Amino acid sequence: MEWVIFVPAAALAIAGGVGVIAARQPVHSAIALLVVLAALAVTYLLLAAQFIAVLQVIVYAGAIVVLFLFVIMLLHARSGEGPVEKLPRQRVAAAVFAALFLAALIVGSVAATRPLATAPEGFGTAQQVGEALFVTYLLPFELASVILMVGIIAAVVVVKRGPPAGRGGR
Amino acid sequence: MVPVAAYLALGAVLFTMGIVGVLVRRNALIVFMSIELMLNSVNLAFIAFARQHLNIDGQVIVFFVLVVAAVEVVVGLALIVEIFRSRSTVDIDDVDLMRG
Repeated sequence: MEWVIFVPAAALAIAGGVGVIAARQPVHSAIALLVVLAALAVTYLLLAAQFIAVLQVIVYAGAIVVLFLFVIMLLHARSGEGPVEKLPRQRVAAAVFAALFLAALIVGSVAATRPLATAPEGFGTAQQVGEALFVTYLLPFELASVILMVGIIAAVVVVKRGPPAGRGGR
Repeated sequence: MVPVAAYLALGAVLFTMGIVGVLVRRNALIVFMSIELMLNSVNLAFIAFARQHLNIDGQVIVFFVLVVAAVEVVVGLALIVEIFRSRSTVDIDDVDLMRG
């Protein structure tokens, strides 16, 4: 029964992944990324991670992809790739090593698999994740807010125009 | 019931796609989206293992990955915008000032 949901979601995720890396326009890549994120949210639901699935849609699809789209809009037409490839045979080498890596990953992940037990009632709800977050992982949670603050300040500092050269910064 | 191996295989395929994107594409924005793709495939693996071991810690880690990914995107895009302002390009092959 779960296969009926999993197979289309996985196919959609893989198609979106191909779209991300193959699209000519960055804006098409961003839309393909949106498809991947939505499809992965569906698989999270299948894995009894309701809270994370909602978080994925809100934070990733709602905030991060929108940020990407804003930047693409800002950089707009001139943001293409140059015609010349500076590293010859880069594509071939990338394909070979990626195939080897994929084979190793799949062998390893099949070896790590155990049969699934039925998930207990309430596994993966906002209540259970919240309890773990605010009891066991309270300190990392607070540090996450510091990281967010640092990120905001860093973005402002990086993009801000400095004072004209020659005058001491005040 | 879908075995965990299927989810892990999906994650492996997406991660490899992200690697190929980083290695092959030269548009900094698309390289960045490929990195997001890899982060998401790792999240999928975390959630699959959280389900297999019925341990909520995997989902908590995904929460932290989400936070760090958000910060990373904000700072990275700010850097890309700044590079575009000063050099009028987002092709990473054109930004080779520190090339050996």
